[in-house]
Amino acid sequence: MRTILSIGVDAIAYGMVLFTISIGLSIMMGLMRVVNLAHGAFAMIGGYLASYALRFMGVNYAVAILLAVVGTIVISIPFEMLLYRRIYRKSDALTQLLLTIGITFFIIGVVNFIFGPTLKSIPLPALLSGPLDIGFRMVPTHRVFVIACGGITALALWLVLDRTEFGVRLRAAVDDSDMAESLGIRTETLYFATFALAVGLAAFGGVIGAELLPVEPFYALRYMVTFLVVVSVGGAGSIAGALSASLLLGLADTTGKYLAPEYGEFFFYLAVILIVSLFPNGLLGRAH
Amino acid sequence: MDFDTNLDMASATPVIAAPRRSLPPELAGLLAITALAATGYVLFPDDLAFLTRLIGIALLVLSLDLVTGYCGVATLGHAAIFGVSAYAAGNACIAGITDPVALLAVGMVTGVLSGLASGALITRFRGLPQLVISIALGQLVGALSNKLSFLTGGSDGLSGIAPGKVFGRFAFDMYSRTAYVFSAVVLGIVFVLLIRFVRSPFGLLCRGIKDDSLRAQMIGAAIYPRLVIMYGVAGAVAGVGGALTAITTGVVGLDGVGFERSAEALVMLVLGGAGNLWGALAGAVLFQIFEHIVSATNPFHWLTMVGLLLILIVVFVPKGLSHGAWLVWRKLRSRGEPS
Repeated sequence: MRTILSIGVDAIAYGMVLFTISIGLSIMMGLMRVVNLAHGAFAMIGGYLASYALRFMGVNYAVAILLAVVGTIVISIPFEMLLYRRIYRKSDALTQLLLTIGITFFIIGVVNFIFGPTLKSIPLPALLSGPLDIGFRMVPTHRVFVIACGGITALALWLVLDRTEFGVRLRAAVDDSDMAESLGIRTETLYFATFALAVGLAAFGGVIGAELLPVEPFYALRYMVTFLVVVSVGGAGSIAGALSASLLLGLADTTGKYLAPEYGEFFFYLAVILIVSLFPNGLLGRAH
Repeated sequence: MDFDTNLDMASATPVIAAPRRSLPPELAGLLAITALAATGYVLFPDDLAFLTRLIGIALLVLSLDLVTGYCGVATLGHAAIFGVSAYAAGNACIAGITDPVALLAVGMVTGVLSGLASGALITRFRGLPQLVISIALGQLVGALSNKLSFLTGGSDGLSGIAPGKVFGRFAFDMYSRTAYVFSAVVLGIVFVLLIRFVRSPFGLLCRGIKDDSLRAQMIGAAIYPRLVIMYGVAGAVAGVGGALTAITTGVVGLDGVGFERSAEALVMLVLGGAGNLWGALAGAVLFQIFEHIVSATNPFHWLTMVGLLLILIVVFVPKGLSHGAWLVWRKLRSRGEPS
């Protein structure tokens, strides 16, 4: 019982971190059809910025998150303008893979040149670091915080996509970008805004998830595959899909690591192969 | 299709391969490998161990070219086939089959089998699902290699591989001379066979499937079985590469199966030019020499430079260095001619 509960809490927390980081990638892939392997690199930049802000500038946790998100978006702008714009929608998969792998390598190299090749801690505020009593059991407060963040992100995104003008335009462009463009929607601006949103969410997820996915020099490479897998399993462009995929894969991975740690990520990828074979467009995705 | 389809056609013909039109491409391949191997032997006698490793990886890149360059299958898990074959050859050697040629055969058979198995799964899909399945298969093999330590030595690697003499005459020496010559000969044979193979009706049909699978279907080609067979052939090449690496280095590590190795192979392939055996070879050689020199100083500078190089290649010469060189060569030649 005890194990089941701790697996449950950890699995949901891990799933929520995966969701927060991957959802941006999922929206980008749904809209711009870009297989962005560098998504994790932006989460990594967020983590490094937050770590720097907390340890050397002495700001508090919330400000650090904000700085990390804004900073990462600012850093990502030149990448969008010079590189990503070339590969939206039209390029073949191989070009996208190569370009984004290149961007990942470049970011890893530069980040480590600036910050040094060590593991970066993101110290939690006292409020989040202790255990929390949820009635019948104590659970780590940080896990609860992460789960709440993931839930709020999902809800906010759903509101934005479903209820705002921006969301209407974005959905129109996903369905038929040529038609959307001829109706006067500026897809270039839309792509830019979506890119910024995606990168911001990645940075946010990278910071709050640092306890579960530690920020280290090869972060971008280590989790590159994981985020892509979540999107593929969930179906590109679907919030509910990404959420269910994150939770499912979080569960598969956490359970596997608790019960059979020596198998590493075996069960995670076994689940991936099964799901993708059965649902090539993802659990809730649509065929393009 | 993009606007320069006719350029595509040009690079598809072996004109780019043969320096002179009268020279058959197989012979050109043999000469090029011999010349390259001899140059390496004469100029870098102290780096033969590195050059031997380079040849093993070059075989992996050639194998990847068969599925990615010639069939358009996007895969990031190709090193799994290489790694499994290396483990198979290593275990066969420890079990008592010490003849190097027999070990290569073991690697090749394992490669064919794992190529057919993974190809049967991977080529059922296109696009993102295909990519993700290939990654997941690679990671699965990686996790298993770590777990099944009685077969693989786990994270310590499989060691104690001591192959016998080649043809009962040439023993492996500590300067890697035998290993190097042996590897170069194997590479030469494989390369020539592949040059022949990709120009066979089967190879051309695969290229047709890549360029326009609907059309290939319309003229009556069954796509799926062809891709699976191509995967089997690619598996054989990767298997030979894996076995060769196991024989010549005497150890098989976990790094041989991992995602990084797969990604690196893809980078080498695209750097040189996918869909072209010469491009694959050039990419593998240039990338590894470059890596050997730069990463010795600082691995992170190396990553920055590779990243930058990749970005520049994709933006400026999207078809790879070999295609870029071909364009420059054509421009230079047409300068003298009227028209």
